[in-house]
Amino acid sequence: MTIKVNGQEKEVADGTTVTQLIAQHNLTPKKVAIELNRRLIRSDKYETVLKTGDEVEIVTFVGGG
Amino acid sequence: MQDVFRIKDFDIKNRLFVGTGKYANYDVMRQALDASGCQVVTVAVRRERLVDAQGRSLLDFLDLSKYVILPNTAGCFSAEDAIRVSLLGRELLEKQGNKGAGWVKLEVLGDKKTLLPDPVGTIEATRELVKEGFTVLAYTSDDPRSAVRIKEAGAASVMPAGSPIGSGQGVLNPLNISLCLELLKEGDPHYPVIVDAGVGTASDVTIAMELGADGVLLNTGIAHAKDPAKMAVAMKHALEAGRLAYEAGRIAKKRYATASSPFEGVISYIPGE
Repeated sequence: MTIKVNGQEKEVADGTTVTQLIAQHNLTPKKVAIELNRRLIRSDKYETVLKTGDEVEIVTFVGGG
Repeated sequence: MQDVFRIKDFDIKNRLFVGTGKYANYDVMRQALDASGCQVVTVAVRRERLVDAQGRSLLDFLDLSKYVILPNTAGCFSAEDAIRVSLLGRELLEKQGNKGAGWVKLEVLGDKKTLLPDPVGTIEATRELVKEGFTVLAYTSDDPRSAVRIKEAGAASVMPAGSPIGSGQGVLNPLNISLCLELLKEGDPHYPVIVDAGVGTASDVTIAMELGADGVLLNTGIAHAKDPAKMAVAMKHALEAGRLAYEAGRIAKKRYATASSPFEGVISYIPGE
């Protein structure tokens, strides 16, 4: 199925969870925060199964003023 | 005695807030932050790079036991986006166990060229974020009436800009900053006001502090100096100098000279006498 991750379309397997999506990008869950369809999702909801067309934002901290 | 000030439930031991952006590399950033003596450092929330994600992130270079992280909403042009970014920043800091999870440096900007704040969006976002439990430190222009409205909306601190972000123009309108201070602190002398943005060099920090600001937030002035660590030391001393001068109380400005040496007993000819 196709989802959007950080603005880019991606093909992922049906049944992919948020945890799996984070792992697929070699990211550490502790160092990212996640939005699903423009709403923050907390770590305890990372087992949520993604659906076609979902829009995921994976963010972290960068230098800023 | 240490000079501490308070923003809601945050006790701040150092009045200089330093940004983590625009350094040549993380080592230069770390040295500069260390040299500045700051306790509060600001960071931005951005999309993770999905390609090349092996690169180390900012979080690997900040001693989270030493610094209180102040996440900003830089790059947001609407209250809605600023709220989204605030929630994401809080989530990230809760995961790190950093006290900074409780607050946010709110920026709702008007346009990309001037990066001047949008006062209406700032007020809207302040109200919402306060409802969400945030301690809001709101970046604003040096307009005193906007500053008062933002305080009324619930901001724990108002942060008027000395001049546009990253412009290095210093405190362009000291009168407005002093009016912001006067109006915000009227009947509420401990209300914290931080001059944010525009600092180009050490004297700018001193001027802001002499006016009575509780602190100064800066980034580019250090990050883009030829020697960031040295400039960080200069900023630290400038802040102390300005704070001490404010507490000591400056003399009134007078039109004419007042001699420091007495005229009584002079042996010289005095013109006009």
